[in-house]
Amino acid sequence: MAVPLSRRTLLGLAAGLPVSAALTACGTSGPGKSGGGGGKATYWYLSGQPQEDVRTGAVERYNEANPKGRITPTTFQNDAYKTKIKTAIGAGQAPTIIWGWGGGTLRSYVEAGQVEDLTSWFDENAEIKKRLFPSSFGAATVDGKIYAMPCETVEPVVLFYNKKVFDQVGVEPPESWDDIMALVPKFNAKGIAPFSLGGQSRWTNMMWLEFLFDRIGGPEVFQAVFDGEKDAWSHPAAIEALTKVQELVKADGFIKGFSSITADSNADQALLHTGKAAMMLHGTWTYGIQQADGGDFVSSGGLGFMNFPTVEGGKGDPGNTVGNPAQYLSISSKADAEQKKIAKDFFATGVLADEEVKEWIDNGSVPIVQGTEKLLAQSESAEFLQFTYDIASNAKSFGQSWDQALSPTAAETLLDNIVKLFQLAVSPRQFADNLNAVIGK
Amino acid sequence: MSASTDSARSSGRPGVLPWLAVPALVFFVGFALIPLVGVLVLSFTTWDGIGAIHPSGLTSWRAVLSHPGLPHAVLVTFGVMAASWVVQTPLSILLGTFLAGRQRYRAVLSLVYFVPLLLSSAAIAVAYKALLDPNFGLGAGLGFEWLSKDWLGRPWLAFGVVVFVVSWQFIPFHSLIYQGGVQQIPQSLYEAAQLDGAGRVRQFFSITLPQLRYTVITSSTLMVVGSLTFFDLIFVLTEGGPGDATRVLALDMYKRGFQANLMGPASAIAVILVLVGLGLALLLRRLGGRDAGQSQLEGI
Repeated sequence: MAVPLSRRTLLGLAAGLPVSAALTACGTSGPGKSGGGGGKATYWYLSGQPQEDVRTGAVERYNEANPKGRITPTTFQNDAYKTKIKTAIGAGQAPTIIWGWGGGTLRSYVEAGQVEDLTSWFDENAEIKKRLFPSSFGAATVDGKIYAMPCETVEPVVLFYNKKVFDQVGVEPPESWDDIMALVPKFNAKGIAPFSLGGQSRWTNMMWLEFLFDRIGGPEVFQAVFDGEKDAWSHPAAIEALTKVQELVKADGFIKGFSSITADSNADQALLHTGKAAMMLHGTWTYGIQQADGGDFVSSGGLGFMNFPTVEGGKGDPGNTVGNPAQYLSISSKADAEQKKIAKDFFATGVLADEEVKEWIDNGSVPIVQGTEKLLAQSESAEFLQFTYDIASNAKSFGQSWDQALSPTAAETLLDNIVKLFQLAVSPRQFADNLNAVIGK
Repeated sequence: MSASTDSARSSGRPGVLPWLAVPALVFFVGFALIPLVGVLVLSFTTWDGIGAIHPSGLTSWRAVLSHPGLPHAVLVTFGVMAASWVVQTPLSILLGTFLAGRQRYRAVLSLVYFVPLLLSSAAIAVAYKALLDPNFGLGAGLGFEWLSKDWLGRPWLAFGVVVFVVSWQFIPFHSLIYQGGVQQIPQSLYEAAQLDGAGRVRQFFSITLPQLRYTVITSSTLMVVGSLTFFDLIFVLTEGGPGDATRVLALDMYKRGFQANLMGPASAIAVILVLVGLGLALLLRRLGGRDAGQSQLEGI
């Protein structure tokens, strides 16, 4: 009957059970028990379209070309994966190839000796390194050594806006923070929320702080936090940024009820393309969602995009950006020699091969491969792709998402306090004090 | 009556009955006692869940007990416990009494009331989250202004929603317990009361409620101890938010352990949870009186 069916489907969704057919992978080739022959490598990555098909396609093409050294893929839902991979690595059951975001989480794997040092491999295969955006290696590097292969696409955070709503209200996109604050009452007066925000997801609010910190004080302000300097969160530029974001909250800059909206459900995206909100600060990966969910919103030229505006008197370069410089593949140090060999071979010949590059571009995203301008220009989404490519390649600083850059312990405290900051439950000073307490942890 | 035949049978074949407890014992030791010891040991260590485990004495306990989040999480936990008990108990008793009637329509209704119990907490949470969405939910869809509030975005409203959804989910279960309890009450008591001229209300308060005393204790124990473990529902519904307004101990434990990679402090919270749960269960047994094993039907 209907009830048990929906229950099982929802349970599957919620628990994030491995979705692909490769459930058997768990049993057949756990790392460390190589036994006789076989020696298949395993690879865990995220489900969710359109990205999942591209990832799976790359593995399938590799497997066809290498019948002897095959890779068994398993996919997981985003949030479930974050917990699952951590537990698996801790239990010594990691897959051969570990998909991740680099940064602080990668550092915790490195410190536990769970991932391979790829520095010498990249030295031997210099052409692979040269082919990728140099900015993508920052989050793959821990203490000067490279522990992950950058892959997939570059995803800066940009300011999206609904052109139709702007025309309707008769205003221009903001060029500065003062413009933003001046736009807020104009949109509110027409019953349109100035900004959409999926505040329950927490990292969505964080993107605002990432940009304000950078525009006001430059990348040094967060770098000091990352480097573990004492009281780095109390920097005057940090306090100013925190104050500014609370001013925007107090002026009703965000959609009513933003604290209960999640990004996972794409409700924040719907607010923009339905015209209930005028603007949205979000990663470039959401372009595909607007395209897919918004009907003719994107194709009719309704979606506008721009880099985050400047803040008056701020020190940061207006070309700077934040977001995901790339995604990352690491090799488990617990894998056996044959599995490691397959993984490295996959990195060299399978990852970001020409076909995969083309598929990413078709999905409206910019792969981290150099010299793709021609391909980008031929795409249906050429304007957006060129915009993303320019931001990524011209940015003097490409800040990694804070929750990925910091250790999981510090990131959790950060996200908690960001929610309280947006609810006006803590003052900028209290926020800084709470976070100074976990610097370097 | 049935108890006496049981004991007579077992005394006839000594040594068989204890063996029947073995499977349960194996499960209890394997899935409750051993992990419990593991958690206790872990609470005296520092571990990020990935690397090596370092013994660190009382560090984790100090970190947990001095963290300002703990008193708040305890307060929220007991708040949810108390509020859901206060909402669920009277409604469950009334529904249970109503459903205990032998009329056919009541049997049909009891089937309908039972439905929430068939749904998983995650499914319920996902459904309510969608219904309560301030921009695309029920209120916005039907055009009811009073329904399109920021239900999960304001601390007190979110707390209320959690209690409401918990009650919606578990009232059927407790009604079922009370239904059984009411049906156990000998009909002769009601007949006697009727002869004495007692009305329905008087019968309820003078016969049904006192006779349900042990059922109330059973159901309350399940509610109170069960509310310590509310996790899935709150995790999906609010993720403990907004801020930490609905962050109960179980959620705090998960977040510290699996999101912040602090297994030591998370284990310490788990130990606290176990102690609080055991303490409450013992307390409730005490409240039930030392003679809880005795019959209420003496003289009938």
